Amino acid sequence: MEKTNIDIDYVATLARLEISDAEKEGLQRDLESIVDYINELSELDVSGVEPTAHAAALTNVWREDVPGEPFDRAPILANAPELMNGELIRVPQVLPGEGMN
Amino acid sequence: MAGLNLTARPIHELAAALAAGEFSATALVEGYLARVKEKDGEIRAFLKLDADRVLAEAARSDARRREGRPLSEFDGIPIGIKDCIVTAGESCSCASKILAPVCSPYDSTAVARLKEKGFIPFGRLNMDEFAMGSSCENSAFQKTANPHGTTRVPGGSSGGSAACVAASFAAAALGSDTGGSIRQPAAFCGVVGLKPTYGRVSRHGLVAFASSLDQIGPMTHDVLDAAILLDTIAGPDRMDSTCLPVAAGGFADAVRSGSGSLRGVRIGLPKEYFSGSGLSSGVEKVLRHSIEKVRALGAELVDVSLPHTRYAVAVYYIIATAEASANLARFDGIRYGARVEGRDLVDTYFRTRGAGFGAEVKRRILLGTYVLSSGYYDAYYLRAQKVRTLIRRDFEEAFRSCDVMLTPVTPTVAFKFGEKSDPLQMYLSDIFTIALNLSGNCGISVPAGQDGETGMPVGVQFMAPALDEARLLCVSNAFFLNR
Repeated sequence: MEKTNIDIDYVATLARLEISDAEKEGLQRDLESIVDYINELSELDVSGVEPTAHAAALTNVWREDVPGEPFDRAPILANAPELMNGELIRVPQVLPGEGMN
Repeated sequence: MAGLNLTARPIHELAAALAAGEFSATALVEGYLARVKEKDGEIRAFLKLDADRVLAEAARSDARRREGRPLSEFDGIPIGIKDCIVTAGESCSCASKILAPVCSPYDSTAVARLKEKGFIPFGRLNMDEFAMGSSCENSAFQKTANPHGTTRVPGGSSGGSAACVAASFAAAALGSDTGGSIRQPAAFCGVVGLKPTYGRVSRHGLVAFASSLDQIGPMTHDVLDAAILLDTIAGPDRMDSTCLPVAAGGFADAVRSGSGSLRGVRIGLPKEYFSGSGLSSGVEKVLRHSIEKVRALGAELVDVSLPHTRYAVAVYYIIATAEASANLARFDGIRYGARVEGRDLVDTYFRTRGAGFGAEVKRRILLGTYVLSSGYYDAYYLRAQKVRTLIRRDFEEAFRSCDVMLTPVTPTVAFKFGEKSDPLQMYLSDIFTIALNLSGNCGISVPAGQDGETGMPVGVQFMAPALDEARLLCVSNAFFLNR
């Protein structure tokens, strides 16, 4: 198999992950060497083999449609990076346009 | 050190001493706190340990005992908790900067069940960031040292938990195992580490790394303690739909009633784990000795084969990173954790994640994103899932002719800090542990001896079919008591 060539900027964009120029070269080299290694799977014949997504056979699990005990709001809100009025989580602007501060 | 001698005292001994009134839970907790204060500056196992909190728990435990209604015989015994298993009111950073400011609003099921029996969750233990690593060197905060040789790593990712038990900073600890993260550090630190069957222990409140592989398990001084903790934390849970709907329990009773003989037990030796597997001579020597030991105890040795072993590392690093890239997408700086403000929402995601994740986590998110990306999915992720089927079948086939398997845990003893700087070399050191996670069976690392050259501990691994922990624990206990 030919040498792997990964477009690291494209993959980082898919992952919403900022990587610095200093990190880029090393990450690219590491990824390409790991992908070269995992390419050894291509030598196996897997035709007719069913994929395993999970170690245990999964079945749907039902419960009664009744409300459970909710968490307290305070400790959850306390983990938010920024609050408005002490009870709303303030997030960066989602849609482009004029700011609404 | 003044006070109690707490060196390597198992849970079952402490329970008997508490029942006999030899000491109080407060004295016990004070004893561990004193050990941590004296030695953890060098070992660095704890990310956080709130002394006031655990002393208050101990006082409540003593009150219950005085009133004649302890929650169980284990009421008041401290258990260290890996930082990815959440405890209400305590930090849960997963040794990552991105979660450093977070405090859990709830208990994981495993911790809640410990508390129901009166066990005291004791601090937050160091780990590789998001459980990604084999040495604890990927923690964003500190490098934990191996208590048996402080120039060496404790293993990972549950290295803080293994070091906590080996240094007797608590009676035992909980860890989590995605590709060997309980068993490998247990072997490196000379303690017992059990990876239960996938689905035995609820993952509710375990911060997800690779959801189809992650499993919580005990790390303890002996095999009976592992059974006691499994009795405590295992069993169905409505908060985790992948938790098996199978009643669990009676493991400690099974271990206690074991005869100590291995007569009638067929122990498989998978040839791929022995020949040409890169074992160091010190590890191989202990392994040979261990095989002779189980033979002397009456076991029948059976040659078996797990032919797809050599593909397990590649399969694991596709499946685990693919699942991780999806699981870690939730850490975006919006609802909780650290946030680095950007120009807009998407720029905030980029900056928060770029600043919050360490090098190994970035590497794995990128690899997982790559193998799932358009055009590569079939060649990598889907193919890896098919090879996972072949690996699972290998185990089914091998367990037709044996009851448990005996193998090495690691190719070498604990290595020195900085010794493995190439990520792929680090991944390859997981070769003996990861197939078990891929196949979903259960396994345990048990201390077996020492490397002649370095004096460092060497473990052996026993593996058993899914849901056969009772036999796994009985066999490994017979070995452990006669090692």
